[in-house]
Amino acid sequence: MSRVAQPGTILRLAVLAAALAFPFAASGYHLYQGAQVLIFAIALLGLNLLTGVNGQISLGHGAFFAIGGYGAAILTAKLGVPYLLAVPLASLVCFGAGFLFGFPALRFGGLYLALATFALAVATPQILAYKGFDFLTGGSSGVSLAKPHAPFALPLTTDQWLYCLCLLCAAVLYWAARNLVESRVGRALVALRDQPIAAEAMGVNAALYKTTCFGVSALYAGVAGALSALAVGFVSPESFGLSLSLSFLVGIVVGGLGSLGGVLFGALFIEFVPNLADQLSVTFGESAKALPGAIYGGLLILAMAVMPGGVAGALEAAMRRVSRKK
Amino acid sequence: MNAFLHQLASGAALGGVYAIMALALVMIYQATQLVNFAQGEMAMFSTYFAWKLTDLGWPYWRAFAVTVVVSFLGGVLIERVVVRPFAKAPVLASVIVFIGLSLIFNALAGWLYGYSVTDFPTPFDGPPWFGQRAMSAHESGSILVSLAVLMLVYAFFRFTPLGLAMRAAAQNPTSSRLVGIRVGWMLAIGWGLAAAIGAIAGMMAAPIVYLDPNMMAGVLLYAFAGAVLGGIDNPFGAAFGGFAVGVTENLMGAYVVGSEVKLSVALAIIVGVLVWRPSGLFGRRLVARV
Amino acid sequence: MSGAILEVRGLNAFYGPIQALFGLDFAVEEGGATALLGANGAGKTTTLRALSGLIRRQGDIRLGGKPIAGLSTEAIARLGVAHVPDGRGTFTELTVEENLRLGAYVRSDRRGVRRDFERVFGYFPRLAERRRQQAGTLSGGEQQMLAISRALLMRPALLMLDEPSFGLAPMVVAEIFRILAAINRDEGVSMLIVEQNASLALDLADRAVLIETGRAAMSGPSQTRGADDAVRRSYLGY
Repeated sequence: MSRVAQPGTILRLAVLAAALAFPFAASGYHLYQGAQVLIFAIALLGLNLLTGVNGQISLGHGAFFAIGGYGAAILTAKLGVPYLLAVPLASLVCFGAGFLFGFPALRFGGLYLALATFALAVATPQILAYKGFDFLTGGSSGVSLAKPHAPFALPLTTDQWLYCLCLLCAAVLYWAARNLVESRVGRALVALRDQPIAAEAMGVNAALYKTTCFGVSALYAGVAGALSALAVGFVSPESFGLSLSLSFLVGIVVGGLGSLGGVLFGALFIEFVPNLADQLSVTFGESAKALPGAIYGGLLILAMAVMPGGVAGALEAAMRRVSRKK
Repeated sequence: MNAFLHQLASGAALGGVYAIMALALVMIYQATQLVNFAQGEMAMFSTYFAWKLTDLGWPYWRAFAVTVVVSFLGGVLIERVVVRPFAKAPVLASVIVFIGLSLIFNALAGWLYGYSVTDFPTPFDGPPWFGQRAMSAHESGSILVSLAVLMLVYAFFRFTPLGLAMRAAAQNPTSSRLVGIRVGWMLAIGWGLAAAIGAIAGMMAAPIVYLDPNMMAGVLLYAFAGAVLGGIDNPFGAAFGGFAVGVTENLMGAYVVGSEVKLSVALAIIVGVLVWRPSGLFGRRLVARV
Repeated sequence: MSGAILEVRGLNAFYGPIQALFGLDFAVEEGGATALLGANGAGKTTTLRALSGLIRRQGDIRLGGKPIAGLSTEAIARLGVAHVPDGRGTFTELTVEENLRLGAYVRSDRRGVRRDFERVFGYFPRLAERRRQQAGTLSGGEQQMLAISRALLMRPALLMLDEPSFGLAPMVVAEIFRILAAINRDEGVSMLIVEQNASLALDLADRAVLIETGRAAMSGPSQTRGADDAVRRSYLGY
């Protein structure tokens, strides 16, 4: 029995190979940026499971990212938990938080969820800086943690090791998300997005599926947040504001709603557009700070108008056109 | 006691701002079953526009009036150009478009006017009114303006043919078209009114919260909380909710949770209402549309 | 007869990609009444919707000689086509009086509007009693009266009625049709009326069109149509 490899599989393997080669070709700051892209990709995977696949809107995934980040920071820096244990622990907390938060908002349709998650996104930095939690969160000055070194005397620098850790997590979580989407559960989630009433009539427990989906999505954001804390070595309230949540939304829209592979484009986009703006602001002054917002906003509207499938959708359409010509 | 009255007064002043913002949100909601997430940034942009005019030396009330008119026209234009093409799109697409709009306005304000925090003038300068000491002149004036807006909007919808046509278009578009109402324009005018109201809210809030491109994020959040609390399909419930949220937020900030986590009061109100009374205090019970 | 107020030639209509009407021809005489008859799903309601521009349509539609096939619903209404839709189209959350004021929304002759209020309250005194009441609380018959009154306040050149008898008690139906006949006869309001109840419609109308799966199966003066037993049995089912 021979199986012809599909173009999608080839593409995935090529991306993986390139990602594996990257830490040995790049160095220093570029490695750090690479890790950031992978971290964003993980968060976007989670948000895309929720928004793209299940059709639920979240404007507040930055909050779960924050919980993951603060969880990892507090566990390692304050409680001395090994970081490899801290990441999954913090993510589990996120799952619980997502499940609980999703629960009340779910029953009342997308708009209420959007409102509630928007409120969460706006309120998060204030809650993180709250004086009452100072002993844990360090108030507005945040928490510092040690960047982890490569274990088992592996010949890797800290940056290389962090990058590899992020790549491993991203690959595993991507694989898990694919399996989820292609399973019976995944079909139920899509059915709840497209035909909610029919799906419920056919016995899909909407509340359970949707809250669990919210929980899983928050878990992904939590893993990303925890890895981000390790990679940056520092968490503070201002980095988890509304703009982070909105840039996640931008990421999945640019990558393609519902496209798991597309999150890589989305992650590259939200990592490098602000970077580009920073570089431009050297020449053009403060007004260049407006650039990411303008590009993000314009792209969100444009994508909804002409390219609802995002980059992934456009690529797919192009590939189909090419293969039809053959 | 005096301090308490003072907190109550400043809560009511901001509450008036939330109330008219909530009213603007509900107007759009009633016509389209959508919440305009760009409402806050549109209001912020209008406020900058007014600031620019006063900076050019215009008298306050002239700048105020011109800003309201320009905001109205801007709202109409946005509805026609940006919102209209998505009229039949799913909720998710509309929310994404609104978020896009808000990012654009935020960027535009930063680009045109910079990111530094600026003072904004109030027309209600001088000593407190009526010799009392609990409420500053701006607070008194701001509450008065908010109440005036609420009454004007009520009178417009209740007593004018255009207001009646807008209510009709919101609840039964097909029947409205069959009696000759241009439903599309009613929506555009609704957006215009919402933008104009938002501009007033921005100009009343700015002397208190100061002018910067992110000034309205909090105000919008409290307006959401007010609308959800009062009932998102009930304009006067939402206005009441706005005042209630303003007072609650201020008292909680002063005496319970501390002013630096006041925003979570809004979060708690929204989540709390969704859990215990999703239709809000005065809203109709929600029924899923099949 | 002074000619046709409405002339329809080759009317096609579509629900999305699906064609529902196929080259319909008929007319309404000035001051006359034409009944559209046919079984459920034949395309009667569709015809009214197509004329009002609520669905996509092609063909030659003339109101008083003026082509209206390319106009929007609002523009057609402003030209004087008053369409009482199926389900009555009540603005349920507004008061009775507000519903009526909406009928007069595009008119600017205040005195004429006031006279027309008196006129419809003359026909339907029950509406006058309930003018401050929320329209959604009216009974089905009262809502039908309200819908007809709202249409009359438009001072229509053509009144299009979609199953005014639907779901109403026989006595109410008789009252409504008696008043419709009076409006048609005494005021000369031209009517296009869709009905399941063919005998009622044929009593009112001077012309009838029989629609079958989106095509005009037969048309002509209503007296001969009503007398033709064979047609009655095969198409009208009574």
